[in-house]
Amino acid sequence: MSLIDQDLAAPAPQRSGQPVRRNTVYRMLIFAGFGLIAFSAVRVISGADDLTSAGTVGAALGLAVPIGMAGLGGLWAERSGVVNIGLEGMMILGTFGAGWIGWQYGPWAGLLSAVLFGACGGLVHAVATVTFGVDHIVSGVAINILGLGVTQYLASILLEGTPGGGSTQSPRIDPIGTVSIPGLDDALQGVERHGWFLVSDLAGILRGLTTNISWVTIIAALLVVATWWILWRTPFGLRLRSCGEEPYAAESLGVNVYLHKYIAVVVSGGLAGFGGAYLAIVAASIYREGQTGGRGYIGLAAMIFGNWRPGGLVAGAGLFGYTDAMQLRNATAVHALLLLVALLLAAVAVVAFIRRRWVPGVVALVLGAVSLVWYLSTDTLPPQVTFMTPYITTLLVLALASQALRPPKADGLPYRRGGGR
Amino acid sequence: MASTPAPAAVELRGITKRFPGVVANRDIDISVARGTVHAIVGENGAGKSTLMKTLYGMHRPDEGTITIDGEPVVMHSPSDAIARGIGMVHQHFMLADNFTVMENVVLGAEPRKGLRLDAAAARAKILEIGESYGLQVDPDALVEDLGVGDRQRVEIIKVLYRGARTLILDEPTAVLVPQEVDELFDALRELKAEGMSIIFISHKLDEVLSVADEITVIRRGSTVATVKPDQVTARKLAELMVGSELPSPETSGSTVTEVPMLAVQGLSLQTASGRVVLDDVSFTIHRGEVLGIAGVEGNGQAELVETIMGMRIPGGGSVVLDGQDISGWGTRHRREAGIGFIPEDRGRHGLLLEASLWENRMLGHQTEAPNARGALIDRAGARADTRRIVEEYDVRTPSIDVLASALSGGNQQKLIVGREMSGDPKVLIAAHPTRGVDVGAQAAIWDLLRAARAGGLAVLLISADLDELIGLSDTLMVILRGRLVAEVDPATVTPEQLGSAMTGAGEQQGGAA
Amino acid sequence: MNSVRRVGLMLAAPALAVVFSLAVTSAVLLATGTPPLSTFQQMIQYAQEPRTLALIVNSATTYYFAALAVAIGFRMNLFNIGVDGQYRLAALITGAVGGAIALPAPLHVTVEIVTAVLVGGMWAGIAGALKVYRGVSEVISTIMLNFIATGVIAYLLTPARLAVQTQGSNNIGTKPIPPSGQVPGIDLIPGSPLQVYGLVVLAIAAGIGFWFLVNRTRFGYDLRATGMSEAAAVASGVNVKKMVLSTMLISGGLAGLVGMPQLLGSSYTYSLDFPAGLGFTGIAIALLGRNNPVGIAIGALLWGFLDNSSQILDLVGVPKEIVLITQGVIVLSVVVAYELVRRYRVVAQQRDVGRELAEAEPPPPAGGGPGGAVPEGVSR
Repeated sequence: MSLIDQDLAAPAPQRSGQPVRRNTVYRMLIFAGFGLIAFSAVRVISGADDLTSAGTVGAALGLAVPIGMAGLGGLWAERSGVVNIGLEGMMILGTFGAGWIGWQYGPWAGLLSAVLFGACGGLVHAVATVTFGVDHIVSGVAINILGLGVTQYLASILLEGTPGGGSTQSPRIDPIGTVSIPGLDDALQGVERHGWFLVSDLAGILRGLTTNISWVTIIAALLVVATWWILWRTPFGLRLRSCGEEPYAAESLGVNVYLHKYIAVVVSGGLAGFGGAYLAIVAASIYREGQTGGRGYIGLAAMIFGNWRPGGLVAGAGLFGYTDAMQLRNATAVHALLLLVALLLAAVAVVAFIRRRWVPGVVALVLGAVSLVWYLSTDTLPPQVTFMTPYITTLLVLALASQALRPPKADGLPYRRGGGR
Repeated sequence: MASTPAPAAVELRGITKRFPGVVANRDIDISVARGTVHAIVGENGAGKSTLMKTLYGMHRPDEGTITIDGEPVVMHSPSDAIARGIGMVHQHFMLADNFTVMENVVLGAEPRKGLRLDAAAARAKILEIGESYGLQVDPDALVEDLGVGDRQRVEIIKVLYRGARTLILDEPTAVLVPQEVDELFDALRELKAEGMSIIFISHKLDEVLSVADEITVIRRGSTVATVKPDQVTARKLAELMVGSELPSPETSGSTVTEVPMLAVQGLSLQTASGRVVLDDVSFTIHRGEVLGIAGVEGNGQAELVETIMGMRIPGGGSVVLDGQDISGWGTRHRREAGIGFIPEDRGRHGLLLEASLWENRMLGHQTEAPNARGALIDRAGARADTRRIVEEYDVRTPSIDVLASALSGGNQQKLIVGREMSGDPKVLIAAHPTRGVDVGAQAAIWDLLRAARAGGLAVLLISADLDELIGLSDTLMVILRGRLVAEVDPATVTPEQLGSAMTGAGEQQGGAA
Repeated sequence: MNSVRRVGLMLAAPALAVVFSLAVTSAVLLATGTPPLSTFQQMIQYAQEPRTLALIVNSATTYYFAALAVAIGFRMNLFNIGVDGQYRLAALITGAVGGAIALPAPLHVTVEIVTAVLVGGMWAGIAGALKVYRGVSEVISTIMLNFIATGVIAYLLTPARLAVQTQGSNNIGTKPIPPSGQVPGIDLIPGSPLQVYGLVVLAIAAGIGFWFLVNRTRFGYDLRATGMSEAAAVASGVNVKKMVLSTMLISGGLAGLVGMPQLLGSSYTYSLDFPAGLGFTGIAIALLGRNNPVGIAIGALLWGFLDNSSQILDLVGVPKEIVLITQGVIVLSVVVAYELVRRYRVVAQQRDVGRELAEAEPPPPAGGGPGGAVPEGVSR
């Protein structure tokens, strides 16, 4: 972190011990409870059923996967001390790998191929940053350029002339199956349709989370849990994280820092590729040029939002997935979001005033008022504005939360064996 | 009684290590008997750290042999040294702040249950070690929350956890307060009783004399003498370290005037978590006066300097320069007003290592002549002035275009001193001005400070070198935990008395406040 | 180290990178069944035609502004990845403004240039402010702003707001700029039916201005110092927050100019097919040219050559996307090469200085003398 970042960051100690975790879980539950009430209220007032419908939630879950996987990849890399801006490029490679192999040999082969393609991108980044000590951001940007270029070139050679495909898209990939919890679908749908405050919303959310879940989504969820377990419960994970906190201390204890960084960055690329596989196989059923749409970067934002922990990352990915899903669906629903935003900002303002932080409180209040006025004075939002929702959300979240966060201490810093004091 | 003496725990014979341009260790011979505390003393740059890195497997010697418990060994990495029972407690702690004590201790040697890390076993063993050697610490505490003494314990436990039989401690008391020093020495005696061998590197000669069984003196990369503590005095050890009569930084004749130049009043500073860093610090430095502030590293000196320079904003208090209140001014404004700054860490704060010498001459003064004219920089002026500084301050360099990183520490420091003096400052803040500098450059810098003082400069001198402080200061104060706790008379105080005051012992003896 | 050796080292890295990249490109071509030599020959031949030469210079002019914008940030370790959004937004607004007003020629053009600089600067300034006041990494914020700019442009470029239907096509764009707002071309390349953008003059001026600002002013010194060592810069009195803001504003202002050669020199309207992605090209060229105006100029010309001469490849059955691989590999290998050269340079200098000083001094007496201690920067 530069001095200016240190200057602004308020040290918020992040404990890994037991008692505080209970506290945090408690707080999250209260937070979720209030959130649900707010959503429910806005739905009833505005009549925008899509806010909490199963369809939206299902879509949100689905769109959270690529973002979450990219973020998970970022987490692996940054926990080992390597900043990976190249996730977008690795994801692009993943979408291509899924499309090219997937249409010929089936979706599961496509999935594997996507991971391998992404991992190759990760390997290049690792070589540049770990072995050659290139600045992490520069290398990441270069990977993005290279990833796009390689993909476009390979597509023009390998996909030209294929049935239904061309240099910018692949032929159709067979779908990977979906899973539903039996029996819940109809029962919950009944409850949801009644439109009752709170209960119907809960039904809608539950239904969205338990019906028609792609296998890829399930694997993704397992990957998140696996990441948590590996990085926080095994010796390998401890060593990897130590490379991101105090690599020279790890070196002095015989940890092979270079090896752990390599593994982390290659895994990072593989995960980004996996995210790309979701986009190609599940979301679109084809590889299409430009289908990543910046999700690699949004994944990084989700990682930062989650304070470099898998649990927070899931929350962040969920948030961004939700906004991504909203802008693809009903325009009225997005319009209703304005009311929700107004409510949330009002709550933020109240909390700020309680803590006597006047300036942020006033800012939140003003923005909330603007949002409310905008809601009341228009009927829908123009599609270009809804297109911007995930990106504006990312900026807002980062702007509000950046100062309370704690990245791994040696994140982004160059490391050379034997270079300690 | 055994018929043959037990082999030495560690034996170094003929160790030589070269780096590009210099020989760091030359033909070193040391023998550490098992179950003893063996001290290694030497001044800055004598080669002690290089030697210890060799012993710890961080690099290989170019010549010579290492023998452990009678067996010759070749070590390729710290893992090899650890496997041979050597453990190193570094001067600058190698601890991850965001990890718990347990995580720091077991890193690299984790107990396993299947694929999992067996945290319960780890905790149990740490508590056991704590009990056995009087090194109690909470395994689940976050290292960031621990004080310096506790962190050192964690470092020692780290080493014992891996079954070390030989401990190397590098300047262990540099950051401890007196109680903690006593606790550490008690722990060392326990360890000795259990058959551990301890190598203790220090430059605090009185401590060395009190705890060591044998002392080896290193000077300019070679072993000079190996003595027993009852055979020498601190003064004799110091002379062995330096190789001649100690250069005396004594000043003759007072040049102190009545004109106050820098008046600091009630400076207070707290960290975000509420820890007090500076506590109501007040002093005045007059023209022609050198105010020395003595203190163990980590008691607020660095923060005091940063606050006066405008790099930190205090919670309260004021800074007045030559009658003008500069409390709200930024760093650039303060520098332009006439504060010169020789920083403690020249590589980080004093120089642009990858820039040429003449560009470095401008650093800190890039808005004034001869470096700048209006909004433009004056290359010719800066270059000419750099040549002057190189000449006048005896900076050994083939040209002014070489990168700063290519110069030795002493020459870098001379450049910085020359640069800061050239701005005709009213006040000079000199933080550890001769740290990491060879003896010749050190003498030169002392002469420069004395000359400037005679010319009317007011100097704030922060140092850990007691001779430097006593010799150069007109007024001498002691800082402890962010407060100025004592003022002593440099003309009559001895290094031992000053050391006591710095570590707080002087408080109990009723030292002058 | 003498200057010949120094210059040689500086050129070595990009040269190495280009050679390595050509090797990789050849390998890829061979792997897909295309003879590399003849491919390169085709490209070089095509490039020598006057029309292509003019196209190369024109492309290079546009790229030059983008690379300068990125480079000034890079000199300070600021990563302005948002050049893309900045220049497109600036081009749209400038197109709209230029089409809406009518002023005598020099004034009209000046207003347009100033508008472009202001819009670009302001958009970058948002990221700068977020960094300074909220600690948000400029890497992510500029990337997000790119997408937001796309949305804003899509919103504004509709017939209800800033756009009009272009005659005879389905394209929509801003109201065409009248002749008083257009910048005439220059007949720089003899025999070429195509003129070179008049704004190439502005590009050269920008390069000179960049060099002057960074190397000859106090601001430039502060900028370079902050990029080399933020800690030392702060201790020397630099106000890092002000520097970040100023640099982002300047960078954004330069970015605003990226679209000007095309907008004011050939298309006279901002329409749906205005070129995109030039920001990332700028990053690549800034890296290749080592953030130095002359290096960037050469890099821009090289890129222009690669982009334009590859147009011929489609006609001979080679996918022209191969140059994307060449370009990508250049970017990656040049940063690796620069790092290697830098390390070598530091070690070589230390060795040289040690040697020269030893030659200059008489050998120290045994055990004494001031030169015996270990130099700083070497592990003790």
